[in-house]
Amino acid sequence: MFAAVDNFPALLIWLPLIGGILSFFLNDAKSAKSSAIIFSASSLIVLLVSLNFTAKEFIALNQVSYEWLTSIGSSFGLYLDGLTRTMALLTAIVFFVVFILVPADQYKDANRFYGLLLLAQCGLVGVFLATDALVFYLFWELALIPVYFLSSIWGGEKRIRATFKFFIYTFIGSLLMLLAILYMYNKTNATSFGLGAFFNLKTTADEQFWLFIAFFIAFAIKMPLFPLHTWQPEAYEQSPTPVTMVLSSVMVKMGLFGVLRWVMPLFPLAVKQLNTAIMVVIAIGIVYASLVAIYQDNIKRLIAYSSIAHIGLMALGMLTLKEVAVVGALLQMFNHGINILALWMIAYIIEKQTGITSISKLGGLAKSAPVLAIFMVITALANVALPLTNAFVGEFMIFNGIYQFNKFLAAFAGLSIIFSAVYTLNMIKNVFYGEANSTTIQFSDINKTQVLLFTVLTVLIFFVGFYPQPFFDLFSDALGLVLTRYNS
Amino acid sequence: MNAIIISAVWGVLMMYSGFLFKSNRNINLLSILGVLILIGVTFHEFASGMPLLLIDTKGMLFHSNFGLVFLLIILVSTLIYFILSGKDIQLAGKSSSDLYALIFFILSGIAVVAGFRSLLMLFIGIEIVSIPLYVLAGSDKSNLKSNEAALKYFLMGSFSTGLMLMGIALIYGDVGSFYLDAFSTGFGVLTPLKAAGLLLILASMSFKVSAAPFHFWTPDVYDGSPSVFTSFMATIVKSVAFFAFLTLFDFGFGKMHDQWKTIVAIITAFTLIIGNITAVFQQSVKRMLAYSSIAQAGFMMLAIFAINTFAKQGMLLYFAGYSFATLGIFAVLTKMKDHSIDAFNGLAKSQPIIALSVLISLLSLAGIPLTAGFFAKYYMLLAVIREGNMMWLVILAVLCAAVSVYYYFRVIQAMYFKASASETALEFDPNFKWVMLMNAILIIVLGIHPDLILNLI
Repeated sequence: MFAAVDNFPALLIWLPLIGGILSFFLNDAKSAKSSAIIFSASSLIVLLVSLNFTAKEFIALNQVSYEWLTSIGSSFGLYLDGLTRTMALLTAIVFFVVFILVPADQYKDANRFYGLLLLAQCGLVGVFLATDALVFYLFWELALIPVYFLSSIWGGEKRIRATFKFFIYTFIGSLLMLLAILYMYNKTNATSFGLGAFFNLKTTADEQFWLFIAFFIAFAIKMPLFPLHTWQPEAYEQSPTPVTMVLSSVMVKMGLFGVLRWVMPLFPLAVKQLNTAIMVVIAIGIVYASLVAIYQDNIKRLIAYSSIAHIGLMALGMLTLKEVAVVGALLQMFNHGINILALWMIAYIIEKQTGITSISKLGGLAKSAPVLAIFMVITALANVALPLTNAFVGEFMIFNGIYQFNKFLAAFAGLSIIFSAVYTLNMIKNVFYGEANSTTIQFSDINKTQVLLFTVLTVLIFFVGFYPQPFFDLFSDALGLVLTRYNS
Repeated sequence: MNAIIISAVWGVLMMYSGFLFKSNRNINLLSILGVLILIGVTFHEFASGMPLLLIDTKGMLFHSNFGLVFLLIILVSTLIYFILSGKDIQLAGKSSSDLYALIFFILSGIAVVAGFRSLLMLFIGIEIVSIPLYVLAGSDKSNLKSNEAALKYFLMGSFSTGLMLMGIALIYGDVGSFYLDAFSTGFGVLTPLKAAGLLLILASMSFKVSAAPFHFWTPDVYDGSPSVFTSFMATIVKSVAFFAFLTLFDFGFGKMHDQWKTIVAIITAFTLIIGNITAVFQQSVKRMLAYSSIAQAGFMMLAIFAINTFAKQGMLLYFAGYSFATLGIFAVLTKMKDHSIDAFNGLAKSQPIIALSVLISLLSLAGIPLTAGFFAKYYMLLAVIREGNMMWLVILAVLCAAVSVYYYFRVIQAMYFKASASETALEFDPNFKWVMLMNAILIIVLGIHPDLILNLI
């Protein structure tokens, strides 16, 4: 039913899947690591190649649909457009970096560790590519389960509780989504799960209201949006840091992506009806998360709360329904993935060497690790969206849209930028400057591989900051579906 | 149709096999051979559309494709059961040949139920299934709990049979026929006699499938019976009861669907809530599985509520998914002395293949995608949505599914994330491991491609 590899989407699904299964059979940690690097690198290469084939005449390379469950009318539909290509690219970059960064001897049963990560990659790419609601749901769950096992097996002390909470939250959300999917499937007279078929359904405002709620709760839990965010700080703190990188760089984007791909095109009436109320709640959540972040002493928790604020801002941008903000949010989804990946890498390197995650117990790292300090400053500046960094472009556009939508809301949400500067710079000050103590004085600087990784990420940060136009070109074919029903 | 005779004859053969063979292994092989023959005969009847030996039953029995596929699923489950639990059947009683004979008599009853078109046949079939079960429940004669379970099961079972007989009598009094066809044509208005009969039959069927509020016997009987027979009761026998329920309410009372569906909806809701909530508090995996079987019954009740194509297709998938998964977990549980959740601690380290198989079974029971359990639940929900106007029931079912994750995942957490306290690791036969793995693979295959079963009907 689905064995062909003559197109990009199928390759992107097969590569991590095969790599993941293969990894379970490799007993040697080193070979498991190299195989994981090879498979994730090939995914990345496939995507980079696919960037040259975005034009209309290559549609057969980018869009496929295989027969799957003919009896219920579900087909294995996959599609690479501007939106999904960006997300798939981010996924491929993040996993590639993670595989290079994590040494083979750090985790017991490394082959399973890499294998589960690759399976998670398969699930994530599938979520982004799926054009069939049932396939989307399958991958949505498939992405969750490996991550649950990764965090629960290799995580911190309170891992079982924390990850279970994470699992239950997302599972309830996805069940609600399943219900909505089933309802819409039933509306198509039980013939199709396709995005196109759902798009053409005539649903009343009342139906859209409930369908929107079911979908949006699932996505809001994943992002997470205030007040459904309570699983997140604990899960980020307790998961092993490489898994947290995946969680915060890519997995939370599943929620944002879901809003763009499924919610906004399908339920325009409900979005118009509810967006103001939801935006107010999100804005409160943004400011709240930023304030909480200021008072965190644990680096991981600080980054977690900062992530809630940034994700909230992107959701806010999408819900304004202004084109500039939607494009900004789309770009920012990619940027945030890169920036937070770099932040987590720094947290990971510090934790791995010193075993400390508490900010107050660190200090003076800049003396012993000047190179790391430079990259930290760059990353931090990108995180607070300073001009010339990538996040500036994205957040500027988002705020532009919010300002058009409502001035007061823009002013209120804007507080988060100030707070963001406070906690990020505070973290740099306390971790990298100030008095060095006995542990931090012995800290050795990052090695060449890590320098290389950081350099690549830094180049990306500045490249998008200076010249975001290639991304806007990429997005151009994705916005039509998202916004058509709002412009008329 | 021929399966009825063959399994009855094979039961007699099994009874005497104790004299023929001294080794238990040969008895087990003979039983497996019997099931294989039954599968072959049933498959032939399914493929050719004609039984080998045509018997005129005056229309009281008719094995449609739906019934034959059901029978095939049951027989395959029995085959898995014999292979996985053969050794434990021998340990359960003094002479295993008698126990095998009883199981074959049950299969004979199942074959009757699979094709009943008359209330008489339904009654006879269900009784043939039930009476040997009472004996099996009490087969551990020296154990007080097993005796208690048998007695409880017998009393409750005969009580519900009494109700059913009363219901059948009332309906016969009104319609003047035992044939299901006669109901579907003759049923226009709901007379008091019919209504009373219908309610009595509904109550007794609810007893049989352990739907709330008629579920009280289930935990005690399941807990007290030898684990190896609990596994048989909770899977194969439960599926049979549901099949009878579905056929009766579809062919027999389908015309009055609107009149009874609200009652069924309420029973379903109660079953879902009670099963799931109580299962959360169990410390013993065996008892947890007993409550989980009530919870799963709640999900299957959704099909009874909806009675449409999706419900019927989904029911078959549910039988397969639920039976395979539960048989697998019970087979492992039977081999463990301690039935508490802690006994599973660290199983992933000491027995990775067994743990993986149990993991897949548990994920299937919880309804996680890519397992058979997902599509089973999916069809149930879809069937109800298709019926319309009952969204509250669907939402309740979904919330209960979320609750069920909690208790299934406790076992997963024990196996994978907790270290074992005891030094001695459990020992399993290598063959047993591979069969468990095959069983798990079967669950995954059905989860990726449920059309394998669905396209049969």
